[in-house]
Amino acid sequence: MILLSITENIHNWLFSIMPEGVASIVEMVLIAVVYLTIFAVAGLFLVLLERRVAAWFQLRIGPNRVGFQGLLQTMADAIKLLTKELTGTERADKFLYNLAPYFVIISALMALAVIPFTKEFHAFDINIGIFFLIAISSIGVIGILLGGWSSNNKFALIGAMRSGVQTISYELSVGLSLLTMVVITGTLQLSEIIEFQKNGWLIVQGHIPAIIAFMVFMISGTAETNRAPFDMVEAESELGAGFHTEYSGMKFAYFFLAEFINMFIIAAIATTMFFGGWLSPFGITESIPWLGVFWFLAKTMGLVFLMMWFRWTFPRLRVDQLLTLEWKYLLPINLVNMVVMALIVWLNLTIRF
Amino acid sequence: MTKEALQQLIGNWLPELEFTEEESQFLNIHVSPQNLHTLMSQLKSNPETQFDYLFCLSGVDWGEKLGIVYHLESTSKRHMVVVKVTTEDRDNPILDTVYDIWATAEFHEREVFDFFGIRFNNHPNLKRLFLTEDWVGYPLRKDYEDDVNMILY
Amino acid sequence: METEVVHTNFKSEEYFINMGPQHPATHGVLRLLLTIDGEIIKKVEPDLGYIHRSIEKMCERDSYQQIVHLTDRMDYLSANINNEAVCLAVENALQLEIPERVKVIRTIIGELTRISSHCLWWGVMGMDVGALTTYFYGFRDREMINDIMEETCGARLTMNYNVPGGLMLDIHPNFVKRVKDFIVHFKTKLPEYDRLLTGNVIFQKRTVGVGILSKEDAISFGASGPVGRASGYSCDVRKHHPYSAIDKVTFNEVLKTEGDTYARYLVRIQEMWESLSIVEQLIDNIPEGEHRVTTNAVIKLPKGEYFQKVETARGELGVYIISTGTKSPYRLKFRSPGFSNLSLLNHIAVGGKIGDLVATMATLDLVIPDIDR
Repeated sequence: MILLSITENIHNWLFSIMPEGVASIVEMVLIAVVYLTIFAVAGLFLVLLERRVAAWFQLRIGPNRVGFQGLLQTMADAIKLLTKELTGTERADKFLYNLAPYFVIISALMALAVIPFTKEFHAFDINIGIFFLIAISSIGVIGILLGGWSSNNKFALIGAMRSGVQTISYELSVGLSLLTMVVITGTLQLSEIIEFQKNGWLIVQGHIPAIIAFMVFMISGTAETNRAPFDMVEAESELGAGFHTEYSGMKFAYFFLAEFINMFIIAAIATTMFFGGWLSPFGITESIPWLGVFWFLAKTMGLVFLMMWFRWTFPRLRVDQLLTLEWKYLLPINLVNMVVMALIVWLNLTIRF
Repeated sequence: MTKEALQQLIGNWLPELEFTEEESQFLNIHVSPQNLHTLMSQLKSNPETQFDYLFCLSGVDWGEKLGIVYHLESTSKRHMVVVKVTTEDRDNPILDTVYDIWATAEFHEREVFDFFGIRFNNHPNLKRLFLTEDWVGYPLRKDYEDDVNMILY
Repeated sequence: METEVVHTNFKSEEYFINMGPQHPATHGVLRLLLTIDGEIIKKVEPDLGYIHRSIEKMCERDSYQQIVHLTDRMDYLSANINNEAVCLAVENALQLEIPERVKVIRTIIGELTRISSHCLWWGVMGMDVGALTTYFYGFRDREMINDIMEETCGARLTMNYNVPGGLMLDIHPNFVKRVKDFIVHFKTKLPEYDRLLTGNVIFQKRTVGVGILSKEDAISFGASGPVGRASGYSCDVRKHHPYSAIDKVTFNEVLKTEGDTYARYLVRIQEMWESLSIVEQLIDNIPEGEHRVTTNAVIKLPKGEYFQKVETARGELGVYIISTGTKSPYRLKFRSPGFSNLSLLNHIAVGGKIGDLVATMATLDLVIPDIDR
């Protein structure tokens, strides 16, 4: 309610003091600034969370000195990265080399725009939401390929090639597992998908095929974000740092932040598609709509934690095993799963409350 | 096999071999560079000796000559023997490689080449192992002049 | 006139990369020149010498007591066992009668060193295949051994605890109790290692059937230690040439026949159990007595040649001393296990992927100062 009224008020005020075209542009800029802030804060928070979670898994304490429980640690790190010299390789393709981080970060930012935090807090509710997300998430790989290729470093090039092959393969599974759920909802628009889940979250509605789709989505989503156990792209012990070997300072920070935002996006999509987005469990807080943000973030953070759990427990796959997993296991499972889901929807076997 | 039996057996293969036992816990065989490879392949392949494990290959600077000491063990019969060979001189030391008999010799012989300057015939990849390609001299020789005095006496 | 350079070493699809000298997987300053076709390794050529300190040359200058200290710096993870090798060689040459107490303590310390080395290896092995958490688990347990060592020897890594004739100091009064505590602790923690890494499907996929070394090749390449034993080659020096108090205990030589990376992994894990049992058998039976027999201040070995083998955590360490009767050896050669184990890397890594090379190298457990003596 509060949130809603604030945005309404600003909207009305803007349109009252200036012509319509200018007001729209100002409004867009304002929204962009808000989202950039969310982006930065979420990125920094996730980095801290990752470090604390890792420390917890690894019998360590983790950063807890800068600010309360180390809350300002990543802020300090960001400032450090800002002040660092931007190094580069001598014969790098300078233009592409500088362009690459922006590709990565902009695609992450664009995907964030369609994420429905709550009913009102939703910047860009297009009717092809899912399609848009899948399309945008594949742009990021261009940045990685460019970065790896233009660095003029063989380790970076190997990392970039691995990234290309990995993202192209796992895109299929991400798309297909989401499409499996679209079979139930019948719409691609994210807000409608969530409305549809008022009769029960999709993971319950779709029961067995939905759970399979969720597992496939989490596996391929982890692979999409190039995180362990699929961090072939960076593969520290094999390639040094992979595609971002030659990046330093803020350019490196862009890659780094984008990785965490991508993880957040994958978790947010999973929340939206499987766990009812901003909807509270059993509708316990339906009367207080702004709590939707809380529920959304709580569910997302749960899934983010799951992805961190993967990262700090599993060893890394080899690049050929990675492709085997996708093309020989996930893809066929996905295709069969989709047919099963279609049958279930057709025969009305979904569980609804 | 006991030392005596080994000496008996190996002594029959080549007439010029010298055997010593004093000052060492093993049976020492001295062989000339010409017969080195013949003796070594015989030691490995003969069913009664079966020295299939070359566990140590050390270069030694004996003063006037350079030498190599091969420590051999049989993994099936568990007897050991030491083969010693010295080069003709120290200006142009050449020996036959035993790389084709024990694969481990490839690296050990490169090390010896690096530090003693002994060349090996038929070695597949005879170049400096530890030192840079343009290093002058062979550090483990006794007459090596250490310009920067990294090792003080 | 410009001459055309013809590259005959490469096919057009192949390229080469430098792995190291500063690379996370080479565990030190080892440089590997890899010839690669896509991801497949065509040739591995190690380039050594980045930290060569010419210990063998230094030994020709030093007295035998001083040499013991140099050996710490070779394979720093099994420092105590290296010390023991030189001490045993010198003692055998002088025909010293070493007290039983010294022998037992040496064996206990040696086995503890082996456990701590394997702990570190296990952590790094996990890290090399991408499981970063293992590192901290390995270090947690290694830390306990380091603390015990610190209390008794005064140092944590390069202990210098053995001297020709015995031990530098007697054991600390807490030693026995703390070792017993460690045994209890480690018995509960070792199964954790298996739960975290050994049983993991991804880990098994990464290691089973990777980097296979046959028994014949293992012997021919002079592989020793867990690398040789994983190929079914019985090469435990403690079994075949027992030294110190190792003949007083019963232990199994861990043998596997597969010869792949996973077998080498399992051998090391099993070896930790065996070492633990050796320590357990000895810790209650440390005989009373002197911790050291006096030797001359200047040790002069009689003229002759002496060879001593010991089993370090990495394999067979040989010390070959040629003495001319003076205070320092005429020639001293260390036969280091890592050197021979490295020489077979090209043989087993060719044909695998880059990831396989990293996993294979992790199970060879190379310590670069051991190779670059």
